[in-house]
Amino acid sequence: MEIIKIGMADLGVAKPPDRLRTTGLGSCVGVVLYDVVHKVGGMAHVMLPESSLGKGGPLTVGKYADTAIPQLIQEMERAGASVRHMVAKLAGGAQMFASLGNSDTMRIGPRNVEACKQALQSAQIRIVAEDTGGNCGRTIEFDTSTGILQIRTVNHGVKEV
Amino acid sequence: MEYFAKFGDFQFDVLREVGNIGAGHAATALSKLIQKEIDMNVPKVSVIPFDQVADCVGGSEAIVVTVFLRVEGDCPGNMFFILDMESARSLLRQMTGADKDVHEWTDFEYSALHEIGNILTGSYLSSLADFTNLNMQPSVPALAIDMAGAILSHGLIELGHSGDVALTIDTAFFEGNDQVQGHFFLIPDPDSLKTLFGSLGVPFDGDH
Repeated sequence: MEIIKIGMADLGVAKPPDRLRTTGLGSCVGVVLYDVVHKVGGMAHVMLPESSLGKGGPLTVGKYADTAIPQLIQEMERAGASVRHMVAKLAGGAQMFASLGNSDTMRIGPRNVEACKQALQSAQIRIVAEDTGGNCGRTIEFDTSTGILQIRTVNHGVKEV
Repeated sequence: MEYFAKFGDFQFDVLREVGNIGAGHAATALSKLIQKEIDMNVPKVSVIPFDQVADCVGGSEAIVVTVFLRVEGDCPGNMFFILDMESARSLLRQMTGADKDVHEWTDFEYSALHEIGNILTGSYLSSLADFTNLNMQPSVPALAIDMAGAILSHGLIELGHSGDVALTIDTAFFEGNDQVQGHFFLIPDPDSLKTLFGSLGVPFDGDH
């Protein structure tokens, strides 16, 4: 069994018995897609909601919700998955500094979650589990054999969805 | 990012000096606060992928005590004051005299840490503002105790719009017998570097 690490603004695909893992999600969102029939899993570590916010330069597709999710679907299909069988799990989108109020940068977590949901909706992928918002960092690990997503936080221990 | 590729040794030296002055003043303030001698390392100026920023403080999952503030004014950016858990406890012990093995932080301890961060980052910034003659105002500082990756990524969101790397000015400090050690992190917005160099008479054609 191998644990494949997904970095910030990155995405990756795995099959059983391997796992996908990303650490230290703050306002970023960890998007997990899973084809239950073909047992193909994918994970993206999304940092920003929309690629249109970019100020030029080369586009890192894994960074934005609206580009990462279509790309992840494509790579999973290349690995034998079918979008019709995919379900999604979301974690992250927190506001790490609770006292900082509601400026645009501060609200980036909820905006990321919203953008991920939109991208999933346009791909007609159902969200089966979600642990988003709040003020805590999250580390997530997805087991492609069982479809279970483990979510670890500093203050609330580990939960499985 | 191509922008940073235009930096030569001289520019990096200047940024190290920026860290030196800011953290030097902050270290002096800390030294007065706990009445102990504080040493610091030569500041590390690096241009690194977002993913590696948290590696400087023990990795993405290391639990850290952080005071964050946004630098506003002529030279906007993000500033972090970071302590590991042991150092935070030790610092509190030295300040309050209370010697207990705390697992849960009390409100008093929260606000003490918050205030320490406030004083130190404030002294970092004001010495920098004096040195450069730039207007730099700290936002109201905020405290968080959580995974380093989750916290530091907050300071990278702005940069995320224009690239995949951050320029960080990281100065580590420590008390003689290593009971307290921590970091000052300054992450200037990319456009601020031009302003900073301009104010110090450092040649730089940073159009991007």
